[in-house]
Amino acid sequence: MIPNGTSPHQGVGVRVRGLRKALGGRAVLQDIDLDVHPGETFVIMGPSGSGKTVLLKHIIGLESPDAGEILLDGQPLHAPGLMDRFRLAMVFQSSALLSSITVAENVGLYLAEHRLHSPAEITRIVREKLALVGLADSEDKYPGELSGGMRKRAAIARALVMNPHLILYDEPTSELDPLIALAIADEIRRLQLRLGVTSIVVTHDRDLAFGIADRIAMIHEGRILAVGGPGQIRQSAVPLVQRFLQAEFKEPNLATETTSP
Amino acid sequence: MFQNLGEMLMLLGRTLRMLPQTWGQRRKVMDQLFEIGNASLLMVCVLSLFIGGVLALQTGPVLVDRGLGSVLGGIIGLSMCKELSPVMVAVLIAGRIGSAMAAEIGSMQVYQEIDALRTMNIHPVRYLVLPRLVAICVALPLLVLFSVLVGWTGGLLVSANNPEIALPTEGFLSNLRQSVEIADLANGLLKSIVFAAIIGTVSCHQGLHTIGGPRGIGRSVTKAVVNSIVLILVLDYFLTRVLLYIDL
Ligand SMILES: Nc1ncnc2c1ncn2[C@@H]1O[C@H](COP(=O)(O)OP(=O)(O)OP(=O)(O)O)[C@@H](O)[C@H]1O
Ligand SMILES: [Mg+2]
Repeated sequence: MIPNGTSPHQGVGVRVRGLRKALGGRAVLQDIDLDVHPGETFVIMGPSGSGKTVLLKHIIGLESPDAGEILLDGQPLHAPGLMDRFRLAMVFQSSALLSSITVAENVGLYLAEHRLHSPAEITRIVREKLALVGLADSEDKYPGELSGGMRKRAAIARALVMNPHLILYDEPTSELDPLIALAIADEIRRLQLRLGVTSIVVTHDRDLAFGIADRIAMIHEGRILAVGGPGQIRQSAVPLVQRFLQAEFKEPNLATETTSP
Repeated sequence: MFQNLGEMLMLLGRTLRMLPQTWGQRRKVMDQLFEIGNASLLMVCVLSLFIGGVLALQTGPVLVDRGLGSVLGGIIGLSMCKELSPVMVAVLIAGRIGSAMAAEIGSMQVYQEIDALRTMNIHPVRYLVLPRLVAICVALPLLVLFSVLVGWTGGLLVSANNPEIALPTEGFLSNLRQSVEIADLANGLLKSIVFAAIIGTVSCHQGLHTIGGPRGIGRSVTKAVVNSIVLILVLDYFLTRVLLYIDL
C-alpha cells in the first residue's frame, strides 16, 4: 500500500443496485440504484430524514443492506480483502473524532495504526493537513475543546490523511462559515483534479452542490427522485426537486401578520 | 445475560487470536496498566488489610479457646491466597475498572467513534479490547499478589495485638510458612487471571453493544459490573472444584 503515491485516477467506481433497508420498522431506503463513476464528484441532496446518512453508511460498509448490493469497481463491498485494497474515508455528520486523544493524534491515527510512516513523517503530514483545513494551532487540543465547525474540519483532515480512493462527506460544510466552506469546497475539487479521487458529498448547501458537483442525485423518503448533471437537475420537471431548489428565505411581512386578526 | 455468553466467548476468542499483535499496542497497554494501578492500588491495600484482620478476629479466639492457636497463620495464609484475595480484588476491580471500560467503549459506540475506527480499517477489537484485556490480565494477578501480602500482614497484626488471641509473630509466620506452598499461591493467581478475563470480556462486550444515548451507557455499565461479579462468583466455585480435583 502506497498511501501517498500520486498516481492519477485512483478513484473507484461505486455501483448501488436495488438497495433496501428498514430501520426501526420503517423503510428508510427503497430500491436505490446509483452509479458513481471513478473520479467523479457526486452530490446527494435531499431533505432532512430522507436517508442520506444511512445510504452513505451502506456505501462504506457500516450498515448491511436488507436487499440489493453495493459494488466497488465491480466487486461486492464485503468481498474478503476489499477493504485492504481500497481506502475508503468518511467524514461523519457528527465528526466522530475520538474524544480521548488529541486532534493531531486523531488526524494521524490511520497512519500510526497501520504503521505507514515514521512518527516524524506522520507529524509532518498531520501538520500539513491541519494547516490545509485551517487548524494549524489546534493540534494539541482535544476534540471537546473545539467548536463544531473546527471538529468538522479536523474530521476532514483525518479523512484526507488516508489519501483515499473514495471519500464520503456527510454535510461537510453544514457548520462552517462561508469562507471556510469555500476552502473545503476547493479542497474537495482539488483532490478530484489532482488525484482523481471519487467523492460522494451529502449536503443541503445548494451553492456547494452546484459548485462542485459533476452530477447530483436528489433523494426523498428513501427514493432517488432525479439524477443528472447540475444543469439537468436545475431544469428537472420533478416538483419536489424544484421546491427544494427554489426554497428562499423571504422577509416575513410583519406588518400584515400583526394586523391580521 | 446468558444469551450473550456465546457472543462474549466469541469476543474473547477473537481477542486471543489477536494476542500476537499486542506488541504493536504496547503503549495503550501501558496506559491501561497505569490507569488500573492508579485507580485501585490503594483500595486493594485497605481492603486486604481489613479482610486479613477480620479473618483473624473471627477465627483467632475460637481456635485459641480450643488450644489450636498455632494453626492461625496457616488458616489465614491459605484462605487469603486461595480464595479471599482473588475474589475480593476481582469484585473490586469489576466495580472500579470494568465499569470504566464499559462506559468508555459504550460512549465511543454511541458517539460513532467506533464507526469511525471501522472506516479507517482499524479493528475495534484490536484497538480497544486487546489492550484492555491484556492490561487487566497482567494487573489483576499483581494486585492479588499484593493483596495476599497485605492481607497476611493484617492477620498478623490482629493476631499479635488482640488480647484474646495474642499469638506471637514468629508462631504465626512459621505456621504460615509451613502451610502455604507455592502451588497455593499459583492457585490464587490462576483464578485471578480467569477473573480478569471475565471482567475484561464482559465489560468490553457490554460497551461494544451499547445502544441509545447516555441512558444506554448507564445500562451497559450496570450490566457490565453485575454480570462480571455474578460470573466471577459462580465460576469461582467450579474453578475451585477443578483445582481441588487436579490437586493444585
Ligand atoms: N439506527 C436507526 N434506527 C432507526 N431509525 C433510523 C436509524 N438511523 C436512521 N433512522 C431513520 O432513517 C431515516 C433517515 O435517516 P438519515 O440519518 O439517513 O437522514 P438524513 O437524510 O441523513 O437526514 P439529515 O439531513 O437530517 O442528516 C430517518 O427517518 C431516521 O429516523
Ligand atoms: Mg444525515
